[in-house]
Amino acid sequence: MNIKELEEKSKAYRKKILKYIYNAKAGHTGGSLSIIDILNVLYNKVLNVSPENFNSPEKDIYIQSKGHCVEALYVVLADKGFFPEDDLLTLCQYQSPYIGHPTKKIKGMEQNTGGLGHGLSICCGSALAAKKDQSDVKVYTVLGDGEMAEGSNWEAFMFAAHYKLDNLCAILDYNKLQITAPNADVMGLEPLDKKLEAFGWAVRHVDGNDVESLVNTFDALPFEAGKPSFIIAHTTKGKGVSYMENVLKWHHGVPTAEQYELALADIDG
Amino acid sequence: MKKYTFTEKKDTRSGFGAGMQVLGQTNPNVVALCADLIGSLKLDAFIKENPERFFQTGIAEANMVGIAAGLTIGGKIPFATTFANFGTGRVYDQIRQSVAYSNKNVKIACSHAGLTLGEDGATHQILEDIGLMKMLPGMTVINPCDFNQTKAATIAVAEYEGPVYLRFGRPVVPVFTPADQKFEIGKAWMVNEGTDVSIFATGHLVWEAIQAGEILAEKGINAEIINIHTIKPLDVEAVLASVKKTGCAVSAEEHQVNGGLGDSIAQVLVQHHYVPLEYVGVNDSFGESGTPAQLMEKYGLNAASIVEKALKAIERKNA
Repeated sequence: MNIKELEEKSKAYRKKILKYIYNAKAGHTGGSLSIIDILNVLYNKVLNVSPENFNSPEKDIYIQSKGHCVEALYVVLADKGFFPEDDLLTLCQYQSPYIGHPTKKIKGMEQNTGGLGHGLSICCGSALAAKKDQSDVKVYTVLGDGEMAEGSNWEAFMFAAHYKLDNLCAILDYNKLQITAPNADVMGLEPLDKKLEAFGWAVRHVDGNDVESLVNTFDALPFEAGKPSFIIAHTTKGKGVSYMENVLKWHHGVPTAEQYELALADIDG
Repeated sequence: MKKYTFTEKKDTRSGFGAGMQVLGQTNPNVVALCADLIGSLKLDAFIKENPERFFQTGIAEANMVGIAAGLTIGGKIPFATTFANFGTGRVYDQIRQSVAYSNKNVKIACSHAGLTLGEDGATHQILEDIGLMKMLPGMTVINPCDFNQTKAATIAVAEYEGPVYLRFGRPVVPVFTPADQKFEIGKAWMVNEGTDVSIFATGHLVWEAIQAGEILAEKGINAEIINIHTIKPLDVEAVLASVKKTGCAVSAEEHQVNGGLGDSIAQVLVQHHYVPLEYVGVNDSFGESGTPAQLMEKYGLNAASIVEKALKAIERKNA
């Protein structure tokens, strides 16, 4: 898939995220729009994962630590053929398996997540197992900037560097806005690159809503042999829908019918 | 009829270490993690013989539990080990979400449970771990009573697919179960058949229950003593069969009365066959420093307390 095709995918994914959140009257709209370009590039260019090889020990592993943006992951997994997209019409409804956070009950999901600060540790375990088994499996996670305040992440940063897990890549969806307020006001992370480098990680910055930059960054993995890789992906919460971008209420906001139509038109731009 | 023979005194944590050593030789999928307490967990032999299958996590228990969950994805059987306080209470959300809810084949194996940790005092003496762990859907909870049973349980939980909490302790205590036993998860062990009162004991309290049984025998009371090594799933059949015979019961555990083995038994009795039940356990209190024997006496976790409660249960039955 070339860059142009990936960009079209991102647009299509954004519209689907909105469609299913609008239908469900629930979801994490802003964050799903923020991470979708990262998931697009991961699943269409980077990960060796498909419905056919999902149970194989050779496939790559993706675990979404910021589980609340599950809608973006559902849309991508449906597009990759893990389940029929129409299933998402039941999103967040009573008795639907497509609940508000990732669960292994859905094919394509590796791990139940939702409570924050869990995903990176689990990825460290999987990356360690792959190293010990001398396998080529690569392990990826997407973290939220809010959850970077969880101490367990910093335990995992130490562990990954100590065990030289250069088959592990953590991507930060750095949209700089969390549920209460801007990240910098709630619990500032800066200077994040220096902190992570001091923890023994190889770090790169990227525009996390630009698929070409993302592709180039993932192509460079591992950034340094013997070190885990960290991508600080600078993103915009609500990206693609102008009235949602950088607006706090869209963390968990659901558009009205009018807003929904406006959003679709905006994405088509 | 007595079904036990006292042989020697050993710590249950060494039973865990011995079980791990066997697993090191017999099951290549078994790996061990430890949060800087290798010596306390008696993992030295496993590590020496299988250095590539041991991972030091440092004093970072939350991460250790997550690492264990991640290791299962490739089919490994991780034993995440530390003191019982840090391996359960400190990391409850990690166990709840990443292990239990995700149904991961992780074994949380913890030493130094309860008051018998001794001198270090209340911060390290968890008395709530059985309750915390048994509340988690799908979690198996095991508290073996001596070296041999802990060794056998360690081997058995590796063969079982699913999350397990295995709890054991620090002090040397009598060894009285068979060295060659086959450990059956969820199957109570009849220690001494009797007719007057059922004593359901777990962990270090099983030997105290045996001593209590001898004191009661001198008073002409024939106590039935049952070792509930698996608190969850509880052997409901064994509990009911016993109380239908005896008509009253005592539970005995090195744990808070709230949420422990006794409460699990009470649920069975209330729902299926009501008989008087007396609890031997810690009554809504934290621990403190002291020798294990001093603390067990102060908090009423010894043979004398079991005797007292057994007499009370019988009195209530006859009232």
